[in-house]
Amino acid sequence: MKKLLSILVAGLLVSAALLYGVHWLNNDQGYAGDKTLTVYNWGDYIDTDLIKQFEKETGIKVVYETFDSNEAMLTKIQQGGTTYDVAVPSEYMIDKMIQANLLLPLDHAQLPNLKNIDQRFMDLPFDPKNKYSVPYFWGTVGIAYNPKLLGGKKLDSWNDLWDPSLKQKILLIDGAREVIGMGLNSLGYSLNDTNKAHLQKAKEKLSELTPNVKAIVGDENKLLMQNNEAAIAVLWSGDAADIMGENEDIDYVVPKEGSNLWFDNMVIPKTAKHVKAAHQFINFMLDAKVAAQNTEYVAYSSPNKAALQYMPKEMVEDKRFYPSPGLTKRLEVYKNLGQKNLAYYNDLFLEFKMHRK
Amino acid sequence: MQTKHYQKLYMVPYFLWIIVFVVAPLLLVLYYSFFDVEGHFTFTNYQKFFTPVYLKMTFSSFWYAFLITLIALIIAYPVAYLLTKTKHKQLWLLLIIVPSWVNLLLKAYAFIGIFGQYGLANGLLGLVGIAPKQILFTDFSFVFVAVYIFIPFMILPIFNALNELNDTYIDAAKDLGASKWTTFRRVIFPLTIGGVKSGCQIVFIPALSLFMLTRLIAGSRVITLGTAIEQHFLVTQDWGMGSTIAVFLIIAMFIIMAFTADRKRGA
Amino acid sequence: MIHFTGFTLDWYRELFHDTRLLIIVLNTLIIALLSSIIATIIGVFGALGIYTLRKRQTKNAFLSLNNVLIVSPDVIIGASFLILFTMLGLKLGFYSVLLSHIAFSIPIVVLLVLPKLSEMKPSLIDAARDLGANNWNVLAKVVFPYITPGIFAGFFMALTYSLDDFAVTFFVTGNGFSTLSVEIYSLARRGISLNINALSTVLFVVTIVLVGIYYLITRRTNMKGVGVRK
Repeated sequence: MKKLLSILVAGLLVSAALLYGVHWLNNDQGYAGDKTLTVYNWGDYIDTDLIKQFEKETGIKVVYETFDSNEAMLTKIQQGGTTYDVAVPSEYMIDKMIQANLLLPLDHAQLPNLKNIDQRFMDLPFDPKNKYSVPYFWGTVGIAYNPKLLGGKKLDSWNDLWDPSLKQKILLIDGAREVIGMGLNSLGYSLNDTNKAHLQKAKEKLSELTPNVKAIVGDENKLLMQNNEAAIAVLWSGDAADIMGENEDIDYVVPKEGSNLWFDNMVIPKTAKHVKAAHQFINFMLDAKVAAQNTEYVAYSSPNKAALQYMPKEMVEDKRFYPSPGLTKRLEVYKNLGQKNLAYYNDLFLEFKMHRK
Repeated sequence: MQTKHYQKLYMVPYFLWIIVFVVAPLLLVLYYSFFDVEGHFTFTNYQKFFTPVYLKMTFSSFWYAFLITLIALIIAYPVAYLLTKTKHKQLWLLLIIVPSWVNLLLKAYAFIGIFGQYGLANGLLGLVGIAPKQILFTDFSFVFVAVYIFIPFMILPIFNALNELNDTYIDAAKDLGASKWTTFRRVIFPLTIGGVKSGCQIVFIPALSLFMLTRLIAGSRVITLGTAIEQHFLVTQDWGMGSTIAVFLIIAMFIIMAFTADRKRGA
Repeated sequence: MIHFTGFTLDWYRELFHDTRLLIIVLNTLIIALLSSIIATIIGVFGALGIYTLRKRQTKNAFLSLNNVLIVSPDVIIGASFLILFTMLGLKLGFYSVLLSHIAFSIPIVVLLVLPKLSEMKPSLIDAARDLGANNWNVLAKVVFPYITPGIFAGFFMALTYSLDDFAVTFFVTGNGFSTLSVEIYSLARRGISLNINALSTVLFVVTIVLVGIYYLITRRTNMKGVGVRK
């Protein structure tokens, strides 16, 4: 009994000491004040030096929170509880958030740096006239592969993946739209197809791919490719850039049949409390030099045309990550197909996964 | 009467907990299971559960959870027994528990490295002259890592049971001429069955709803009910179907609890 | 692994300059400690309550309810707690995370304490009562000493659950409050950087050292140790 009590007291004392420590650190950092801005972003998706620079320039303290999927972020914003001032969802989620009335319209007058964005990436179907969102980074879905592990073989189309010589070599990304989309693209259908016959055909074609699929994975595909565990991966271009930074043997290609074009965008959720500061932050991130520095850190493709001149040449001229306008024409942005169609995509994907054994 | 009041008083926080954090979420889950993606009241989720896709998933979840629990028990019992025989047993026990405080994701990533083509496991195989094998993304790697993660949960209650075992029983059995195996079967094991039961419950039940590892270590070759629920809640946002699967999981848990319930003691 | 070029302490240096990360680590420890202590207290009394129930059916019903949170996948627990907290109007942050951690740790404590209680011979309590012990005396002098190993096991498992939890915390956290697990998972999209591994190593070593010190102290002051057979 004595022992239990002494441990109890010790535990409480340690907790109190730790609490005091956090309190002290928070005050020291100025998080306790009112002049704050809560930013909700993907993990490690910003150069933190820029946050410090923003804090210095404006005197606003940035509270930085992170999420690991669009859907999880949506749930948090929908339920309220935290007043996020700026969030960075992907394009298909923006459409959903607009429909659910979760976003505040942007005041373009407060965003003079909006002119820096490439016109190609403005006024897209998911957010006409950029009423609610500003592109942050963009990219494609494609194939990363290691020619050294494939005997010098080159890939340039989705249909190449069905080659029987690629047994147990491919990593697929764990996303229904990406994988079913791959089947659709390889058959020449649109990524936004909702015709059930077409979707069935795509699924049947995908089942034939089964022997070639090594695993269906998430973010760990980067680790696997870097370490030469797998020769081919279907993934997002941003991940491909990360991998190529670590393993120089690897190449990336956007398949010639066409593929997906994606965007991560800055938005202001309806619950925002510091709307003016949020505009300030977005405008700050759109600044050419800031965007250039951020892009060098994150290494995804920047939609900021003015920033390109401040970036290293070999980065900007890499056609794999900054494809010519001719190629971007063949890329499709995901449309919000509605819950019912999405559920159908997901059912097919689940069947595909279960089929694998 | 006095005693009764006391009992009720100290149980108040626990009762509150049951109502707020168990019964209320339970009702919420049940409520959600009757709605489809578009928010209409429906029974289709339950119909859908009885299609081959989900039945197959249920079957494989149970199979893997059973395998994981069985292997964990086979390893944990002797380990716990040996632990009670060591000099610094509490210290050893803590050293077994502490690694489970390292984040699951980091451990999983470490195993991806170990089981890889060029990893430690294949390196060791190479030393004995076996060609590199595909270890990652197999049933073996999945069960191995799951057992590794759950084993402290199995060791702890068994260790406690064994530690409390009164040596005089064993001596008595020996004096009566029982062999070691008979002593174990007739004396030691029955006396520690309580610990074994809690160990199995703490392992089997969460193993049913394992996710993460199914993708990280099994490369989505294994799809469990937990994976499906996670997908429905976080990816497809079909909370109705996710809740329906959860309802079946909870029913399964009730059945398991009924099976492993303490039978011999009425009060 | 392929680009392994040598050892460096840079990651550790970077670590100690990152105040945000430091705050997160402290938060993680506070939540783990406080939630396990409170969960252990509530859980032990809950187990006592279940133990004193007379009817077998009610007992089993309670046990089943107790185990609901162990069987439910984290995502469901997290999502339903989030809905619950928003319905109650509780601000997300430290307290919501603490409450959730207490909530999902309680059943594990009960599950580990209960077998110890049922092993205890009722005659032990009767004897104490015959000797004139009141309720509190019985608890403090007979019951608690007997179930101490179970209590410790429960406490340590609660600690494990709390330190390891990602999904529940993710849903119920907010307003800048974060724990290490949430931070690690959100980094996965970009690849887990080496300073997180460095951090885990530091935490791991610190815990091992603390465990060692604790062990030495208990050996000194109380030669018996926890539950060592006499």
